[in-house]
Amino acid sequence: MDSQNTSAISSAPTFFASHRLRRNGLAAQIAGRIGSGMLVLWAAVTLSFVSLQLAPGDIVSLLIGEQLRTPEVEAAIRAEWGLDEPLLSQYLSYLTRILHGDFGRSYILQTEVSQLVLSQILPTLKLTTAALFVAIIFGLVSAVLTAGRRIPRGIAGALELTLVSTPSFWLGILLLYLFSFTLKLFPVSGDRSFSALVLPALALGLPLGAVVGQVLRQGLERALEEPFALTVRSWGTSGLVLRLRHGLRHAALPAVTLTGWLVGSLLSGAVITESVFGRPGLGRVTVEAVLGHDLPVVLAVAILSAFVYVTLSTLVDVLYLWLDPRLRSDSPEAAR
Amino acid sequence: MSALPAPAEHETAPASQFLRRLPTNPGLALAALFLAVIAIATVSPALLATADPIAADPLQAQLPPSWEHWFGTDHLGRDVFSRVVHGARYSILIGVGAVALAATAGSFLGLVAGLSRGLIDEIITRLLDVVSAFPDLLLALVLISFTGPGTTNLIFALGVAFIPRFARVVRAQTFVIARSGYVEQARTFGLSRTVLVLRHVLPHAVAQVPILATIGLGTAIIGAAGLSFLGMGPQPPAPEWGAMLAEARNYLRVAWWIGVWPGLAITLTVIAISVLGRRWQTAFEGRRSE
Amino acid sequence: MMPLVDIRDLTIAFPRGSQENRVVHGINLTIHEGETVALVGESGSGKSVTARALIGLSGAVVGASRFDIVGDGVLGFRERDWRRLRGSKIGFVLQDALVSLDPLRKVSQQLADAFGHPGYFVRRDVREESRALLHSVGIPDPERRLPQYPHQLSGGLRQRALIATAIARRPSLLIADEPTTALDATVQKQILDLFAERKQAGHTLLLISHDLAVVARLADRVLVMKQGKIVEEGPTKQILSEPAHPYTRRLLDAVPSASSRGFRLSPATQTEDNAPSLHATVVCQRLPLPPKRIDAAQRVLSASGLVKRYGGGFAVNNVSFELAAGEALGIVGESGSGKTTVAKIVLGLIEPDSGTVLVDGQPWSHRSEAKRRARRASMQLIAQDALSSFDPRYTVEKIVGESLDTVGVFGRDRRRRVIEVLDAVRLGATFLDRYPRELSGGQRQRVAIARAFAPRPKLLIADEPVSALDVSVQAQVLDLLAELQAASGTALLFISHDLGVIHHLTDRVLVMKDGRVVETGAVETVFASPTHSYTRALLDAVPALP
Repeated sequence: MDSQNTSAISSAPTFFASHRLRRNGLAAQIAGRIGSGMLVLWAAVTLSFVSLQLAPGDIVSLLIGEQLRTPEVEAAIRAEWGLDEPLLSQYLSYLTRILHGDFGRSYILQTEVSQLVLSQILPTLKLTTAALFVAIIFGLVSAVLTAGRRIPRGIAGALELTLVSTPSFWLGILLLYLFSFTLKLFPVSGDRSFSALVLPALALGLPLGAVVGQVLRQGLERALEEPFALTVRSWGTSGLVLRLRHGLRHAALPAVTLTGWLVGSLLSGAVITESVFGRPGLGRVTVEAVLGHDLPVVLAVAILSAFVYVTLSTLVDVLYLWLDPRLRSDSPEAAR
Repeated sequence: MSALPAPAEHETAPASQFLRRLPTNPGLALAALFLAVIAIATVSPALLATADPIAADPLQAQLPPSWEHWFGTDHLGRDVFSRVVHGARYSILIGVGAVALAATAGSFLGLVAGLSRGLIDEIITRLLDVVSAFPDLLLALVLISFTGPGTTNLIFALGVAFIPRFARVVRAQTFVIARSGYVEQARTFGLSRTVLVLRHVLPHAVAQVPILATIGLGTAIIGAAGLSFLGMGPQPPAPEWGAMLAEARNYLRVAWWIGVWPGLAITLTVIAISVLGRRWQTAFEGRRSE
Repeated sequence: MMPLVDIRDLTIAFPRGSQENRVVHGINLTIHEGETVALVGESGSGKSVTARALIGLSGAVVGASRFDIVGDGVLGFRERDWRRLRGSKIGFVLQDALVSLDPLRKVSQQLADAFGHPGYFVRRDVREESRALLHSVGIPDPERRLPQYPHQLSGGLRQRALIATAIARRPSLLIADEPTTALDATVQKQILDLFAERKQAGHTLLLISHDLAVVARLADRVLVMKQGKIVEEGPTKQILSEPAHPYTRRLLDAVPSASSRGFRLSPATQTEDNAPSLHATVVCQRLPLPPKRIDAAQRVLSASGLVKRYGGGFAVNNVSFELAAGEALGIVGESGSGKTTVAKIVLGLIEPDSGTVLVDGQPWSHRSEAKRRARRASMQLIAQDALSSFDPRYTVEKIVGESLDTVGVFGRDRRRRVIEVLDAVRLGATFLDRYPRELSGGQRQRVAIARAFAPRPKLLIADEPVSALDVSVQAQVLDLLAELQAASGTALLFISHDLGVIHHLTDRVLVMKDGRVVETGAVETVFASPTHSYTRALLDAVPALP
């Protein structure tokens, strides 16, 4: 009934409540999703601007971080942020700059923030994609093979509970100790080769895969209890075919609502995983920026990840329409 | 349908019902026992570990686990067992603090949104959308970059990041209950809106919050340890589990034990909390659904 | 000739811990080719699980001394063997195709699945066959329906599509488990006509139903099941006209209809829902209900010109009626006819867009809730789903007592009144501390009735109060309602889709369709000589006992 409080972390329902998808035609629904996503992004940028204004201390010292405050630097900041102008025009120029992909200058690192972020995006993208892959494969296999079977289900459940409860950085440390230091199968750190990606992807992906597995299994089991499952079996269809052809699609519905959480967890987790494995990437940049009070960099990463989050959530919402024809309101029943 | 009356299980006192079932379920009992130990470690760690968790002793550095040092010693010669025991306080304090903040603020926002509908609901919902567009830990990091690291700041940062999940559930629940058969029925009795809300909506809308908080506590503890691992939490030499693992990362080649025990402590604590929380949730949902 | 199905001493049990819970106790079932057999029983009788055992999908432990299906002894069957049999030798139809077909797959894909040629893209020859099949189950324009999803079809077409999947591979036997239960009367008639056609063509059918009237028309033979046993078996005509077993007798008596007007539906002595009366004396005489006192001069409720718009259309369109003290007015209509919206307007839960409601001659609609509050005690609601109308944290005492809040009855007086009405619905003080979930369906409805009568209302609004109940429980609840209404002189607005119930209970009737009242008048006049074609169609669609 209420949200999918299927497991510890997934208790927050999807970013966009799917019931809002009803009404109107398909194109209008998709346009609505995109518009709503842009609204959220605009609000996110505004929020970061407001937080700068509301934070204790003046903006110059906030932006300058622990750097030495010289009149030259202060003048540069005042010019860049238009601090001598009224608040509204500061805000508008901030919006305009961000729309153009200009996140300002990091006075600590003495570099343009956009360039810094762009140069670090690729390793993070590699890590998160690989981890996503691990998570989905693990979840799928674990769910399809064990749903509705008492003993395998118990074993998979216990494994998943353990994985969900394991901090990814500790899993990373264990994997490092086992496979890098003791067995010497994988490199200890860096991002030189594909093999350097294996352990970080596992450390980040497995705990997430455990949640995906739980949600998929629960959805699958619910689908197999539905009356239609009995109908399908009465046609002489085998159990595995029922699971794959009918059940999985039903199970995907609740699992899809996990996407927002999954994206968020991948981005959050990347920060920590990069630290554990000494990988380059946005996470490392973020941590250093937070510790060094380099606000322009922190805000840029935050806005960027909000952008990624909103984009993917919107895509998935549209995917939801494809997965569940009942939500496409072009049908006579729904129009009634 | 009309087959058999359901077994006697009431909506009242779910917690006591649940506690009574403890002894019959070994997994549940084990989890409760472990949490009891963690509770002792939180309140008075000296009962469990006598060694000083802070004082360094270079002569005793990096000793493997032995009878004298159960979990071995770290690179400064501190007793790892004692540090792990004393570390419970940080994880529990930060986790409970953050969840309490999130649950209170989230329930309030959810209730207000669910009951008011219209513009206020729209504003709150959008605000939650925006807050949850930032990934949890990243949002916490942004907040910390304003406030600086430290235990209190970490509680605040995590707490704020967790608000949306509570607010959403309470709001959805409020919506469902406000439209339920028994609220409609109570309206036909001529009860005032205030009485209706206090008597029939509120208790059900927040009924799930303690369960969500229990389950969320596990997530919060992992998040807190992760941020401390990055240096955002309690500062050295405080024996926080995440911070201990950050140090251990550098000595993994020579002293594996430093990197094992704090992580095991986190994992076991979170497993125990999850086992209890989920059992509670299952009992709750079983009672509610037909 | 060898029978299609020949089962001796069938037992079915669900393992429960180390014990087992036996739900079917040694029944015999024989079905010959070309025969239509009906298995009839109330919920918990074991009829559905028996049907499922015939295709090896009961999910329970099945035992028998003989279990032959279409020439195969299936006792040692493994899953693989069962799969060969399903679909090809036995087809299976469940109730409500909205959930019994996969909601995420197109009709064409599901037919292909049923034909055994699955895939996302349906082969041309399969498509051809599917079209012919849909046509044969009476779906006009099959080409248009093939690419649609189940939720895009109307209830009747959907159920036909489900039947099509079941007969795709021309099975020798078709099992239909409550195939029309979730459908409106007129749609139900169409589906029963389809089965009748197949019967004419010589197909074999096993019909599972709770409704004797539904099977009366189709079945050659009826088996009456109760608590896992077959209590009576014989040709349909004989079972319906001269039942030998008291349970069958009671089932037949419990069906409300024109002929039961003014009489009790249940044996008078019985108070508990499930009192086993296998050995009770055979009561053939119907007992009369107490006479009603209608005071035509006292107008309790009058509604005029009610209109409520929804989206582009009308939920309620110009509905007017009046209700006198002690009178029972029925509103009958199919789903979507607007009857529940009328109830909500009368209750003041929805404001009408135009039109007025007067209660006791005083304006009721378009007033502020604060002004209505004090008068609400005079009007009480009995909802369809009693369970969801109870706060799950409340005991029966608090549930019933809450309706006394606004009449200012508290403390010891309240407790006395609660016990009084609980006695009146034959539950008694022992139920005071029970929680709703501990009650059976019939008991819940009794609590709802007790709660409604507690503040001595002038008007009672009952929205489908018995539609979720088994027929024998329904009989008791209806008797109770009729008795209390007569005794208290309360006016009753009774909403139902079931013409039999309306005919049995009410004095006047409103027939609604698409938000409008198509016909109104005294029940006996309207039902005996309907003037509107829709009323005639409705009456025509009701399956009747001979």
